[in-house]
Amino acid sequence: MRVEQIAVFLENKSGRLAEITAALAAENINIRALSVADTADFGILRLIVDNVEKAKATLKRNKFTVGITNVIAVEVADKTGGLAGVLKTIEEEKLNVEYMYAFVNNSGENAVLIFRFDDMDKAIESLQRTGYTILSGEQICAL
Amino acid sequence: MTLYWEEEIETLPRIGLESVQLTRLKHLVARVYKTVKPYREKMDAAGVKPEDIQSLADLVKLPFTVKEDLRDNYPFGLFTVPMDQVVRVHASSGTTGKPTVVGYTKKDLKTWSGLMARALTCAGATSKDMIHNAYGYGLFTGGLGAHYGIERLGATVIPVSGGNTKRQITIMQDFKSSVLLATPSYALNLAETMETLGVDPKSLSLRVGVFGAEPWSDNMRDEVERKLNIKAVDIYGLSEVMGPGVSMQCLEGKTGMHIFEDHFLPEIIDPDTGEVLPPGEKGELVFTTLTKEAFPIIRYRTRDISRLIYDTCECGRTLVRMEKVTGRTDDMLIIRGVNVFPSQIEHVLMGTEGVEPHYQIVVNRVGNMDTMDVEVEVSEDIFSDEIKVLEKLGNRIRADIKDMLGVTCKVKLVEPKTIQRSDGKAQRVIDNRKL
Repeated sequence: MRVEQIAVFLENKSGRLAEITAALAAENINIRALSVADTADFGILRLIVDNVEKAKATLKRNKFTVGITNVIAVEVADKTGGLAGVLKTIEEEKLNVEYMYAFVNNSGENAVLIFRFDDMDKAIESLQRTGYTILSGEQICAL
Repeated sequence: MTLYWEEEIETLPRIGLESVQLTRLKHLVARVYKTVKPYREKMDAAGVKPEDIQSLADLVKLPFTVKEDLRDNYPFGLFTVPMDQVVRVHASSGTTGKPTVVGYTKKDLKTWSGLMARALTCAGATSKDMIHNAYGYGLFTGGLGAHYGIERLGATVIPVSGGNTKRQITIMQDFKSSVLLATPSYALNLAETMETLGVDPKSLSLRVGVFGAEPWSDNMRDEVERKLNIKAVDIYGLSEVMGPGVSMQCLEGKTGMHIFEDHFLPEIIDPDTGEVLPPGEKGELVFTTLTKEAFPIIRYRTRDISRLIYDTCECGRTLVRMEKVTGRTDDMLIIRGVNVFPSQIEHVLMGTEGVEPHYQIVVNRVGNMDTMDVEVEVSEDIFSDEIKVLEKLGNRIRADIKDMLGVTCKVKLVEPKTIQRSDGKAQRVIDNRKL
């Protein structure tokens, strides 16, 4: 139940993000979620897309450094306390979060939280045991 | 009136000087041929024997020695005496992982301190002076080389070494330092710190500064003289030949540094052909040591570009002068007084797993301090989706460079293929300093 995420290395200079989105758009690749982590000198763009292989090939062709990592997508109700509930579970289960970001799906009823944990197997087991829905890549694209 | 340390030799007519040089050269070549296998092999390959050296003009028959010869015989392979006669070693940057090592006998140290005392006398220093030695102490020849010269002169040495600038200024005020020995960029750093602290240089006892170990322009000299209210003179040396005190500017002359020719025989060659150039032409400086015991060197290619000036100097010294070094024939950089070869940086990067050999070194001068950025392309092998992993990589490279070269740099991770690939030789260094 892991989702493949594309990560791209970005120098902090203007126009790079626009180039990436334009390149993906030209190949009809749809971005479902994204986040940018940045430092003073560089950034890392993380993307959930509907066609991972095609996106990777496209970005590589455009001379970007690309990596694919597995993340976990957790569905929660889009209401007050939704995120707090998941984080409480994570704390109780002593899971270590490397990073996370979120998006709300089209219907507006549910939010999707994207997590990277240091111990992914333990995280999946813990979250499923405590009743959370973990989405597959196909499910995210179908939202 | 000009002060001399050894007036007779410093003012000897050239014919007398050349006679001294020839006697010493013949003796040196015979001894080196007999005792050092790598020299003997090179001379045999060139078909030259010690007895072929009958005049100073015969020097050209001897093969050159280059930095790679020192590396190939690391650490002590070119020493001419058994190690029990070697009382000190120094080292400088090699072109790869290993430093260049040189050694000294007791007599060598005596020669060196005498030449350093001669150099300080050229700058007008006497036994009455309080000499502030801010060159780094350690394997680098600057600190200790100057130190023993100051003691030999009979002056008082303050072995303050580099760093801790505020404390240095307090010492200058309290001890009444009258002569400053430092790199020119550190002198400017001192001047600026004084300004920040509200210390008026005119309130100090400083009279003269002896500056070397890195290239500096005439504009920088004017700035140092004005800001510190001193007279600034140039000193030159390199560990392979001896250390500081190979040549020295006098107070009286307007330009150039007197080469202590009774100990070091200079030549200027065309760096491409190796041909000796006529007097006065600009080219690569080559030195043969005439008196060193533990580590003599024959026709050492310094890679420094200079010119020899044979005009009579106002100070009365007959010793030839070399112009301030105006460049290098190789890619060596001098960062805050430390010699850095791009190949050393490459060596560190190659030792870091997954790092590709696409890098660039960008050097700037911010204020009066040199800064060095090492740009490294991020390949898929080292890329991670986690910031901390990439930052750790950058920090590790920075620490390794600091460990190996002794220079702090900034490591900048850049996108692949962003470092310009030129046809043929890659442009590894962008030096934005205006020297």
